[in-house]
Amino acid sequence: MTQSNSVLIDVEQVWKSFGDLDVLKGISLRVHDGSSDVILGRSGIGKSVLLKSIVGLLIPERGHIDVMGHSVIGMKTRELNRLRKNIGYVFQYAALYDSLTVRENLEFPLRKHTDASESDITDRVLEQLRLVGLTDAIDKMPSELSGGMKKRIGLARAIIKRPKIVLYDEPTAGLDPITAREISELILSLEEQFGITSITVTHDLECARIIANQIYILDDGVFQHSGTYDELKASSDPYTRAFFQVAT
Amino acid sequence: MSNLRKRPEISYFRFARDRFKSSMAEVYGITMFGMRFFRYVFVPPYEFAEVRKHLDNLGSKSIPLLTVVGLIMGLILALQSRPTLDRFGAGAFLPAMIALTIVRELGPVITALIVAGRVSSGIGAEVGSMKVTEQIDALEVSAVDPYNFLVVTRVLACMIIMPLLTAYVDFLAIFGGFVSEWVSANSSFQLYFTEVIQSLTFYDILPGVGKTIAFGYIIGVIGAYQGFHTSRGTEGVGRAATSAVVLASLNIIFLDMVIIQLTLILFGPGV
Ligand SMILES: Nc1ncnc2c1ncn2[C@@H]1O[C@H](COP(=O)(O)OP(=O)(O)O)[C@@H](O)[C@H]1O
Ligand SMILES: [Mg+2]
Repeated sequence: MTQSNSVLIDVEQVWKSFGDLDVLKGISLRVHDGSSDVILGRSGIGKSVLLKSIVGLLIPERGHIDVMGHSVIGMKTRELNRLRKNIGYVFQYAALYDSLTVRENLEFPLRKHTDASESDITDRVLEQLRLVGLTDAIDKMPSELSGGMKKRIGLARAIIKRPKIVLYDEPTAGLDPITAREISELILSLEEQFGITSITVTHDLECARIIANQIYILDDGVFQHSGTYDELKASSDPYTRAFFQVAT
Repeated sequence: MSNLRKRPEISYFRFARDRFKSSMAEVYGITMFGMRFFRYVFVPPYEFAEVRKHLDNLGSKSIPLLTVVGLIMGLILALQSRPTLDRFGAGAFLPAMIALTIVRELGPVITALIVAGRVSSGIGAEVGSMKVTEQIDALEVSAVDPYNFLVVTRVLACMIIMPLLTAYVDFLAIFGGFVSEWVSANSSFQLYFTEVIQSLTFYDILPGVGKTIAFGYIIGVIGAYQGFHTSRGTEGVGRAATSAVVLASLNIIFLDMVIIQLTLILFGPGV
């Protein structure tokens, strides 16, 4: 993996609340080109809110978010959409379009934003399905897929346009440990193959261990600790320890 | 809570005021949401394929029920009116009366209410479940405008299909009226339909069919609004569907009243 020093995602002092509930309280994060960073935290702590703020799905009240040198907050929809072409987003429950087949789900991003020919589109879809090991599922509806299969298709859809950045929202949540591990390894291999820079939100330590260059622990609206997996595992901080003990 | 027991009048007042405020906010929200349609509908990208898909879907969802209701509505109307008209010696006007009642009023409104029940709730549930499963977010991050893709296409489909469905129901109901006449009085097909056609003018048909486009708009916008604003969780989807039907039906009746007044002012009482 090439680890240059340029910062692809720069989150600075971001505040976001819903009514009286302060979710993010001045959070900051820098993700370097080629890095794979993981955010750990309990449910409901604001992990998804942070990811959604980075792609402009939610608008924080205060702070700065720069993605590939463009300031996301207050950006016009058209520019935001241009920027989003470089970002893949894997949703927590895959968010496959349930009225479309697997093939159509994968074609969707291509049809909307490229003028690729029919045969190119088909080739690309098949290639994606091979990458995630699900060529058989091409004509199935999302409702016919298991949880793990949905996640794989969600993954395939997120990277079909070869984005520079991918954001994963709990890619292994709700899966059995074996499938979860397969998904984590799949993520790692795809990232290495395509040079993806990523942020992964999870509470699955095994997943963090496999894919993380750097881990951040989110609590009470900010990152309380950060470090590599081994550093955090050896940490004496009670909250971090609690986190690592639950899992092992 | 202790406050509530001591000084109920203040709490009730506050409750009513809050309720009023939130209803007004909702009305404002729906109005703005509905207005956006007109800003989007003429601007590319046009999602023709989606509109076609929704048209198919809407038609197949509502046609069976509309067929039954249309026929029976005409039958009942004829059965009920026959004795009354006879009593005033006006039995010969029955075909004309049926035609006018159906085309001007019952056809459009009953069709709209039934489609609201089937389609508004369907749109509310469909869009609502896309909302809670983050499919709407997924559209947005793949740089597709969810309003254009989900709302404009559905509203447009509703506006296109409502006049067609209404014409269909009108026809069936008038035919139902004939069936009743034929069974009870053995009246002739030719006579009945000649009377029907002679009684209808352009000014009966135009407002009757025209207002259904507005009903279609209401059905689509309210269903989509409820879906779009579904709060997180699956129980929210059910709520979106139910409130879509209630709100759409109320608005249809209300708008109908306004349109009737306008039609009377513009075209006069006719007949
Ligand atoms: N759109 C929203 N409206 C209101 N509250 C929200 C919204 N999104 C998230 N929240 C609240 O923000 C908090 C953090 O949510 P989230 O980021 O989804 O947690 P998680 O860390 O499990 O991903 C939760 O309390 C949630 O209820
Ligand atoms: Mg989450």
